[in-house]
Amino acid sequence: MTEFVMPQLGADMSAGKLLGWRKNVGESVRRGDIIADVETDKADIEIEVFTSGVIEKILVQPGEKVPVGTVLAIIRQEGEAAKAEAPLAPKAVPSEAAPAKPVAPVLPPRPAVTPSEPGRVHASPVAKKLAAELGIDLASLAGTGPGGRITLEDVQKAAQARAPQPAPTPELDRRARMRQAIAAAMARSKREIPHYYLSTAIDMSRVMAWLTQENLKRSVEDRLVYGVLLVKAVALALHDVPELNSVWSAGKAVQLTDIHVGAAISLRGGGLIAPALHNTDRQSLDELMKNFRDLVQRARAGSLRSSELSDPTITVTSLGEQGVEAVFGIIYPPQVALVGFGKITERPWSSGGQIVSRPVLTATLSGDHRVTDGHRGGLFLAAIDRILQEPEKL
Amino acid sequence: MTKDEIRGTVLRALGQIAPEADLSQLKPNLRIRDQLDIDSMDLLNFVIGLHKEFKVEIPEADYPKLATLDGCVDYLASHGGT
Repeated sequence: MTEFVMPQLGADMSAGKLLGWRKNVGESVRRGDIIADVETDKADIEIEVFTSGVIEKILVQPGEKVPVGTVLAIIRQEGEAAKAEAPLAPKAVPSEAAPAKPVAPVLPPRPAVTPSEPGRVHASPVAKKLAAELGIDLASLAGTGPGGRITLEDVQKAAQARAPQPAPTPELDRRARMRQAIAAAMARSKREIPHYYLSTAIDMSRVMAWLTQENLKRSVEDRLVYGVLLVKAVALALHDVPELNSVWSAGKAVQLTDIHVGAAISLRGGGLIAPALHNTDRQSLDELMKNFRDLVQRARAGSLRSSELSDPTITVTSLGEQGVEAVFGIIYPPQVALVGFGKITERPWSSGGQIVSRPVLTATLSGDHRVTDGHRGGLFLAAIDRILQEPEKL
Repeated sequence: MTKDEIRGTVLRALGQIAPEADLSQLKPNLRIRDQLDIDSMDLLNFVIGLHKEFKVEIPEADYPKLATLDGCVDYLASHGGT
């Protein structure tokens, strides 16, 4: 049996609302199938399944909002025998219809030990004090001390149990919730990640000349935009400085083998989302272009897939079209690096002792200083520059 | 295809790349890009949409002629918008 849980679709997601199931109990699913739709603060996401099997049980119904990690359904894997009715109670999770007041855990009937004085709660003074401070009703707790006495630990446990239940907030519209989600992720990034910033100017004349020639040969559907070349160059440069392709997890950096560049896509009406282009370094420019184009269109139409939001390993943001010359971005946790590109401008450039006019692009790196130093970051930007000087090899 | 039919098809292609936009508010003589906040990737998707609808090959050098709704209609009418 496999538990199919509410996935974490980025650092800025804590809960998701199940919009609907695309499969019913008893139906077969294959790894990679989209089996449900979930609404997050940022978008409506198509949720893929990562096991093949049969849906044994559905535990969360459409309309329910549940925290990340909540079991949504049970999947019986191929070859596994159907199980007799198992005691699979849905996990107690707050839904949107949750009562307005946080409640202490519901407990079985009190043990048969009666307090020494009827009507009076039997608790240690320190437990009473803490319970009063935290607003916990002692009568709702079962004591584990001698004679059913409520101990300090009992109160602490009750406090912990109710801690993850935030006070219900009124339903905000998508735009406001998107803002909140970005605020939470970016505030966390600035609080936890010691950023360092580097920038370099790159001569784009070879890239742009190659691209113009290439596009002349191509039909509309196969044309490339230079942004795709930049994304590919970033992915290839990570081979030189692989530690930038890491996530920060449980107090240390974990370097990843697969390179999934997250492309920051601004959404009309506000906000942004940075879904992954999977295995960016291994895709040809044609594949990457097709996938990038599709990703932008789906991001803006609100139909991204769960895998695209859960596993980018580095983010690329490009603000050149807005006329920005250089972007110094905020790293999207748990990633440890973000690459920014500004606009391509004609500038005086020194080449072979001559001052010439060249299209120049400013590339920047925001790096997590816990994981890399400016020296390695500098090598990475130099690698991007070097790779872009040979566009035909991309 | 009449100009009105071409216009309708162009608007449909725009709706594909900017589904949330209220296209009835689009000023036909002003740049689409400025009115709908679209970027080069959207623009490319739009041109591909036109290419599929009208079966016309649009070279990159002609993109500026597609900047406004009126421009699109004129261009497609004169390039065999069948």
